[in-house]
Amino acid sequence: MPIKLPSFRGRRDAYPPDLWTKCPSCGEMLFNKQLDKVDRVCPSCGHHFRLSARSRLGLLLDRDSFQERDEGLQSLDPLGFVDQKSYPDRVAAAQLATGMRDAAVWGIGTIEARRVAIAVMDFAFMGGSMGSVVGEKVTRAAEAALDERIPLIVVSASGGARMQEGTLALMQLAKTVAALERLRAEGVPYISVLTDPTTGGVFASFAVLGDVNLAEPNALIGFAGARVSAGTISTELPEGFQRSEFLFRHGFVDRVVHRSDLRAEVSTLLGFLVPIGFDETPGEGTLVPGFRPLSFLTSLAERVSADLSGDGDGRGRTANGRPSAQGALEGNGRPKPPGQPIPASNPEPADPQPAEPQPSTTPAGSERERG
Amino acid sequence: MVDRLLGRGGRHPEASLGTEQPEDPKAAVWARVQLARNLKRPHTLELVAAMADEFVELHGDRLFGEDEAVVAGLARIDGRRVVVIGQQKGAETEENIRRNFGMPHPEGYRKATRLMELAERFRLPVVSFVDVPGANPGPESEERGIAESIARSIGLMSRLRTPILAVITGEGGSGGALAIAVADVVIALENAVYSVISPEGCAAILWRTPDQASTAALAMKMTAQDQLALGVVDVVVPEPGAGAHTDAAETARRLKVAIVAELDRLGRLPLDELIDQRYQRYRGLGAFTVVTSAPVAAPERPGLVDRLRDLLEAGLQGLGGPPAGAGRGQDDMPDPPARDEV
Repeated sequence: MPIKLPSFRGRRDAYPPDLWTKCPSCGEMLFNKQLDKVDRVCPSCGHHFRLSARSRLGLLLDRDSFQERDEGLQSLDPLGFVDQKSYPDRVAAAQLATGMRDAAVWGIGTIEARRVAIAVMDFAFMGGSMGSVVGEKVTRAAEAALDERIPLIVVSASGGARMQEGTLALMQLAKTVAALERLRAEGVPYISVLTDPTTGGVFASFAVLGDVNLAEPNALIGFAGARVSAGTISTELPEGFQRSEFLFRHGFVDRVVHRSDLRAEVSTLLGFLVPIGFDETPGEGTLVPGFRPLSFLTSLAERVSADLSGDGDGRGRTANGRPSAQGALEGNGRPKPPGQPIPASNPEPADPQPAEPQPSTTPAGSERERG
Repeated sequence: MVDRLLGRGGRHPEASLGTEQPEDPKAAVWARVQLARNLKRPHTLELVAAMADEFVELHGDRLFGEDEAVVAGLARIDGRRVVVIGQQKGAETEENIRRNFGMPHPEGYRKATRLMELAERFRLPVVSFVDVPGANPGPESEERGIAESIARSIGLMSRLRTPILAVITGEGGSGGALAIAVADVVIALENAVYSVISPEGCAAILWRTPDQASTAALAMKMTAQDQLALGVVDVVVPEPGAGAHTDAAETARRLKVAIVAELDRLGRLPLDELIDQRYQRYRGLGAFTVVTSAPVAAPERPGLVDRLRDLLEAGLQGLGGPPAGAGRGQDDMPDPPARDEV
């Protein structure tokens, strides 16, 4: 990709001059820095502002535990699509504005020391629309979850399929859902977190299919755009139409969760929904320092992980070197790939990862290519 | 959309359809879109009646109701027992109202999935006829979970342990089409179209006017031939004369030949192989590359100039009134929201 230097104009867009944000719900003027500190929830009325993918990962995962995968995936222009701008220009502009390569990020991280595969969408990148890259990332996250027998978490924020990729974008619905069906068949849990907005093809595919569906309060969640619904059918729209609470009332969302409770709720659910085939041995039993080469570091990590998880349930892919029992549990024809790069088989769930303090600068070379 | 369906006859007289051969690619694509939507085009029941020796229609989703926008049943095609599902548009206004212009509600898709499960139980192949402007976008559809019904259907088809053939006969409208079009082989009639959003919807969002629908139709590469090139469609069946509506019987005959050939081929594959190939078919769809260069520079913090300007502008705004706008570039995005509608 040709390197584009940000023009003055471009940066103007990237850094809006307003230091203040007016809450659209209660009208309160909020200082942006303060808003970021409270995870972008209005302190006076609880309105949930949209969150970037990076902030979302920071909110959900243990500190510095995120290891991004497939960072280098970049969309092509299969249709040669041009509207008022060409599709590659739109992508380049979105990349410049957001610092992301596409509208989703996926990787491996831990939540209270439990290893998870997680994909997070970012609405700021072309409306969070799902093209081939987003579809591929969600699919790879699901496949990694299946391979490693760890839970999958997808946080959706999207207007739907990306029109500029035509039916190839539509096919991502089938690709992602097919991968989820395999998780379902083998008892690997999938938690779907629906945030504002989750509509169109993203809602009608992986976002609605969680073993558990969590939604942030008052998020716009629906199949058709409100414009379509209202324009097509002249009947008046019901109260709170296509909001989280509407979905909850009609039985398509398990829980509406305030952002400040989200990490704890997800963590609690992960305590119940343990993947079939995952080493469930509770307590210290899973941590056998004798088998670790870096034992002084790992014993430190054990204490940290025990502290973090509270119940001493320091799980994770701990026993990389453990021979027998683990092997049997991991059997099922899915041997853990031994030759993965270090991040993929990192045995320490709570390892502070001193080598990589900045997840966003993880080199692209750490991504794992799949066949 | 209903307006569009009702009104298009006036804007594009059917008599002229297919008879002219426009040179302009945009007009050529738009002519195909109009052919795919032609009210006289043979719909699912008509095609099934013409190609099947026997057909027994089955009704209801066992959960909420009966949706006449989706038809389903048991058929015998050239001696082969199959389960047929398909969207059904009406031939005239009265039937179209009854069938909701072929736009299924959730119960339509749930009827389809019920029949697919039945097909799996009795080891019958599924033949699915796709012809839909889009799933019904109304409030009652949302209340009953249109998105959930579509996603479940896609999921079921991706793993159904019996051969599945999908035939795009007219309009392949977005998720409402894909919901019954995940298949081992996807056949399309020559003048069928398949798209992620209706051209009108795409134009309204990206060009900000529905008048650019034909431009959007061309840009989305929605014709059967284009879809064949993209790998979304596997087989294109030519239509007789000036289009399927001119000779429904011949259209059905040609489709039947293709369907029977594919059913026989798929029937010889071991089931595990069939399911794996189906998974790989969709797993491989998408266009992306892997870039190894440094990641896109994150806009970490503004430079000195920007910060000074920010301060100045904030000060100016403070003098002139409250800061404009509620969001921080979220609510006033430069890009229009890229959402598919139905």
